[in-house]
Amino acid sequence: MINEALVLSAIIFVIGTFGVLVRRNAIIMFLCIELQLNAVNVAFVAFANLYGIEGQIFVFFVMTVAAAEAAVGLAIIISIFRHYETVDVGSFNLLKW
Amino acid sequence: MTALLTAALAQGGSPAAESGAFEPFLPGLIVLLPLLGFLANGALALAHGRDSANAVRAGGELDLGERGSRPLTHTLPSWIGPGVLGVAFVITLVNFTRMLGVELAEPVVVSYWTWMATGTFTVDAALQLDQLSFLMMMIVTGVGFLIHLFSVGYMQDDAGYPRYFAFLNLFVFFMLVLVMGASYALMFVGWEGVGLCSYLLIGFWFSDKEKADAGKKAFIVNRIGDFGFLVAMFLLYTTFGTLDFVPVFDGTETLVYGGGLVTAITLFFFLGAAGKSAQIPLYVWLPDAMAGPTPVSALIHAATMVTAGVYLVARSSVLFALSPVGGATVAGVGVLTALFAATIALQQHDIKKVLAYSTVSQLGYMFVGVGVGAYAAGVFHLMTHAFFKALLFLGSGAVIHSMHHAYHHTHSHEDAQDMRNMGGLKAHMPITWITMWIATLAIAGIWPLAGFFSKDEIIWQAAAFGGAETAPYPLLYSLYWAMALVAAMLTAFYMTRMMVMTFHGANRTGTEEAKHLHEAPAIMWVPLAVLAVGSVFGGWINVPEALRTSVLGFGGALPMSEWLHHWLEPITARAHEVQLEHLGEVAHAAPIGGGEVAWAIISTVAALAVVVAAFRVVGAQKVVPAAQSPAPTGFAKVLYNKYYVDEHYDRFIVRPILGASRFCWKVIDATIIDGTVNAVGWIAKGLGWGVSMFQTGSVNTYAFILTLGVLVILGVSIF
Amino acid sequence: MNALLDSIGYDSWVLHALVWLPVLGMGLVLWSEEERAKKVAFWWSLGVCVLSLGLWWAFDATEAGFQMTSTTPWIESWGVSYSLGLDGISLFMVILTTLSTSLAILGSFNYIKTRERAFYALMLLLEAGVVGVFVATDVLLFYVFFELTLVPMYFIVGVWGGERRIYAAIKFFLYTALGSLLMLVGILYLFWRAKNLLGAPTFAYSDFLLIPLSGTEQLWLFTAFALAFSVKVPLFPLHTWLPDAHVEAPTPGSVILAAVLLKVGTYGFLRFLLPFFPVASQHPAVVGTMLVIGVIGILYTAWVAAVQPDAKKLVAYTSVAHMGFVVLGIFALTVNGLQGGLIVMISHGLSTGALFLMLGMLYERRHTRQIADFGGLARVAPWFATAFVITALASIGLPGTSGFVGEFLALLGTFETHPTIAIVASLGVIFAAYYMLPMVQSVFFNRLETDENREVEDLSRRELAILAPLVALMIWIGWNPTPFLERMEPSVRAVIERVQSASPEAQAAAAAAEAIEEAVDEVGGDPVDADEELDAQAAAGAERAQ
Repeated sequence: MINEALVLSAIIFVIGTFGVLVRRNAIIMFLCIELQLNAVNVAFVAFANLYGIEGQIFVFFVMTVAAAEAAVGLAIIISIFRHYETVDVGSFNLLKW
Repeated sequence: MTALLTAALAQGGSPAAESGAFEPFLPGLIVLLPLLGFLANGALALAHGRDSANAVRAGGELDLGERGSRPLTHTLPSWIGPGVLGVAFVITLVNFTRMLGVELAEPVVVSYWTWMATGTFTVDAALQLDQLSFLMMMIVTGVGFLIHLFSVGYMQDDAGYPRYFAFLNLFVFFMLVLVMGASYALMFVGWEGVGLCSYLLIGFWFSDKEKADAGKKAFIVNRIGDFGFLVAMFLLYTTFGTLDFVPVFDGTETLVYGGGLVTAITLFFFLGAAGKSAQIPLYVWLPDAMAGPTPVSALIHAATMVTAGVYLVARSSVLFALSPVGGATVAGVGVLTALFAATIALQQHDIKKVLAYSTVSQLGYMFVGVGVGAYAAGVFHLMTHAFFKALLFLGSGAVIHSMHHAYHHTHSHEDAQDMRNMGGLKAHMPITWITMWIATLAIAGIWPLAGFFSKDEIIWQAAAFGGAETAPYPLLYSLYWAMALVAAMLTAFYMTRMMVMTFHGANRTGTEEAKHLHEAPAIMWVPLAVLAVGSVFGGWINVPEALRTSVLGFGGALPMSEWLHHWLEPITARAHEVQLEHLGEVAHAAPIGGGEVAWAIISTVAALAVVVAAFRVVGAQKVVPAAQSPAPTGFAKVLYNKYYVDEHYDRFIVRPILGASRFCWKVIDATIIDGTVNAVGWIAKGLGWGVSMFQTGSVNTYAFILTLGVLVILGVSIF
Repeated sequence: MNALLDSIGYDSWVLHALVWLPVLGMGLVLWSEEERAKKVAFWWSLGVCVLSLGLWWAFDATEAGFQMTSTTPWIESWGVSYSLGLDGISLFMVILTTLSTSLAILGSFNYIKTRERAFYALMLLLEAGVVGVFVATDVLLFYVFFELTLVPMYFIVGVWGGERRIYAAIKFFLYTALGSLLMLVGILYLFWRAKNLLGAPTFAYSDFLLIPLSGTEQLWLFTAFALAFSVKVPLFPLHTWLPDAHVEAPTPGSVILAAVLLKVGTYGFLRFLLPFFPVASQHPAVVGTMLVIGVIGILYTAWVAAVQPDAKKLVAYTSVAHMGFVVLGIFALTVNGLQGGLIVMISHGLSTGALFLMLGMLYERRHTRQIADFGGLARVAPWFATAFVITALASIGLPGTSGFVGEFLALLGTFETHPTIAIVASLGVIFAAYYMLPMVQSVFFNRLETDENREVEDLSRRELAILAPLVALMIWIGWNPTPFLERMEPSVRAVIERVQSASPEAQAAAAAAEAIEEAVDEVGGDPVDADEELDAQAAAGAERAQ
């Protein structure tokens, strides 16, 4: 049982990572990050079944952080969109050098 | 300062040494008065300065108005300036008469406060009262007072009048510190202080760049000498552990005669003396110093400050007596300077330049005197020279004053100091004419005027010293003697030339101008007359016994025999002991035979012959006004251009130093050092730039690298 | 005066007050209105200055060690404590700091026109830092204050400076920080040694003195500390930050930089280098190097100064020359030399501070610092010219001014141990005239030609109030330096004695004395033998000691 859950978690995580690396739309990238977080959540829940309740508690922490992150992240993306009128990360290169 | 004041008023501090019956009378006040004069005049000058600054800002000059209605800031200095000096002179006189009554074997040292005390080195602010310092104080305050009086007439139409007296008083203060200080350290305070005042007064008319340059030159050249003085003090301190005169001279018994140490000390001291007293190779500042007001030239650059070097050697007589090399150097440089400057004076047209080179030359004589161990003779010439050279300078000042007025009336821009523009002034200025002739004859060494006795004494002592039983370098001293005689003849010639060109023959000032030539006012000619008396009789206080009993001393009618010599005996006794021990008896005949009296007669007759000859030769010359004069040619041109010494100094010393300075700045500092520093900066920047290439700004790249990194770390930690 | 000071318990709180009052004043300035900030800052700093003057009386001139000491643990686990103290070396530095800060603030009223609150707050912070440097008796505390002075100075140069202010500020910061990091390493090494020796962590100055360091260790540590302080002094060839910093800094910044910050370097020599590393500081190679560097500083910078077209840069270079005399005096390792060096430090603070203030006043009037732009100013500004000439003369060491006393004693002290060096350095008196007089002449003398120069105003009352105390002090110290010298003598002597006790000769004598004791112990009952051996050993020891 645990193996299947972990494999599922790994697959979701790799999909998320791949999405972050190849997609250029900031919102999609953002969703992919959420995907990664939730992959971790799956792993936590699976482990909680084996080792005790702490894993489930951590899932709540992760969800809280993810919610906060989503709020801040989306706000940033909106303000960037207002400025550049695009959410393509390729066009934000102010940090270059 | 309050300490000095209270101590001075409380009957002169605390005499450190038992001094017989000599009770110093307010010695501190002698120094303090000129200082107070300086402060008062300085305050007036600053108060006055605001008004004149406002006038200048408005685009003009301060209008002083008529003589009767000038502001107090302008008239008070006339009283304060000479006043403080007059009182100081009187106090000095009182002390002097008290001192005459007692035999003072040890100097009286009056200590006021501890100046510097580090625990290992202590020097007090103390005044030394002895025969030599009193002689110098009499000259400084006495001659100084006369020159201050003269200045009232000479300078009172100048806008900077209060400032002038402030500087002049400050100068006298420092000069008194120089001659009264009880240690080399305190003497050095006066030494540099008078240099400062000389700088300020030479550049008194500082708006003229040439004059300001002359002041600067004087200061810097003097500082070269001061370097020598400093090093000599260091040597003294490491040898004796103190710089106070009394213990230093007491300690000289431990020094080796002719040793390297004492020779080094004397040579470094002489470098200082050469700077201050304008000897070769540092004499170049003195002729330029004539840019200052003429009374300043009389006081500082003839009578007092420039003789400080002679005072230094006389004060340190025992040190110089211990070093034959030191003595020979002093006398050699002195005689060389005397001859060298005299030749330059032959071809100068500026009346003050002639006197300047004459001063350099006469200072050379004084150094011959102190260099051959005749310290009293050197100081004697210092004193008589103070009379007749101050008189000559003041007289020339009166002439320039008159010429200036004449040209001022006709708005002419001719040179008021060029003798080619003068001639025939005796008709317009009889008092100046007579008094200056007295001084001229005195400096030329004509019997029985002051200069005859003092100069002849020096020349004779050079011969006597060289002929001593175990004299070092006897041939050298014979040469000195011969050179000194030649220089004396040259002196007679150029001085007569100056008198003839200035006062005799036809007037060349211009017909309109000549109407405005006038005799100096009383406040200016009275000092001339007093100095003339000194120039006539000043020599009689130190007539050698041999001369006194001969016809030259009126067959013994003069009451005083070598009075100055005996008076200074306590100062020079140690030096004379050293000389007697190592040299033996001095000679009684010149190198080519002949005794003291014979050579005295020969030299005065020769000098008189030169005066008469010069009178005829120069009188017969056709002198034309400066504007029409042709440029000199041949050797005269070399003399006129002062052997091109200034040009050579400029080329071989000043310019290389400037060039080196620029090199240090532009190449070493700005290129090499700063270049290295900036290169380090650039390297750091370059590295940063290279690494910053990884910063693409694309989030995907960052994420990719991040993932890659995680994978690598995972891989490494697992396998 | 002493009774009055005692009645208010002056000794117990004054050092804390001098460090923390400026910080409090900084708060007050930040809190006050923009246009009143300068007045608040000035009166506050003047109060601090007056407070510090009490030290003159409260200081016990017979005591060599630290006075008015107090210690409070700060970071106990590392043994860092907040401990303050004052001795004859730091006494005048503290007073000089408070005096020049208040005068610099008064001198910046017309110069600083932007962000006044921030500026004056930084000035007070700087004062706190510098006073802290001079009174800290815990080495880490000293280091904290040492670095703290950098920050306000960096901003003062970087924000209120001239055109190339950023370059100058960064250069200043990097130069100094680089040097002080090496010193931090040295401090940590000493800390480690002290901890091993005493068994407890400590940064106390007095504990560091107990560490028996080997000759090699001393040489390395000496180098680390010396680099930090040499940059501050600055010594040739680490001096190039100084002209840039001075030229770009606003007037008050230059004043504080010249008057106090440079002294931190030479103070460090006296406070740390000589006592901590006595063997290294008298190693012939070290002494020779430092003396030669000092002499090069004196002569080389005098030459460079002489050809500067910018008056402020000229004065900046002369600072290096003056500090050369201080280094000479210190490494002569004689009582005269050290005291002379200290007097030069005071004198340079007064005269160079005053010169920078006056150049700032000129800049406010003419908006230029190029010497060639001036000329004949003495005719329209006689008071200004008087003050400037007196200060310039003090700067070139004319007798009767403070500059002479310092330079003379420093050279005298150097001559006792290193005559040749002293003679070469004495040439500096000639070159001092060579750089200063032409500048004075070109600015104040010569013809008054341009209309701009004709318009130059004379000193205002405020400016007179700034310069009068400085000029008075220069002349006072010139004629009566004894009260200053006698207060610093015991502390200076203690430093010299500590260095000399570590000299090879003294060590040999101590070893001989020990050997004698051992011999006595060994031989015990046989007095004749013991005596003979004693004599032989004592003679050998004495011979080595000679």
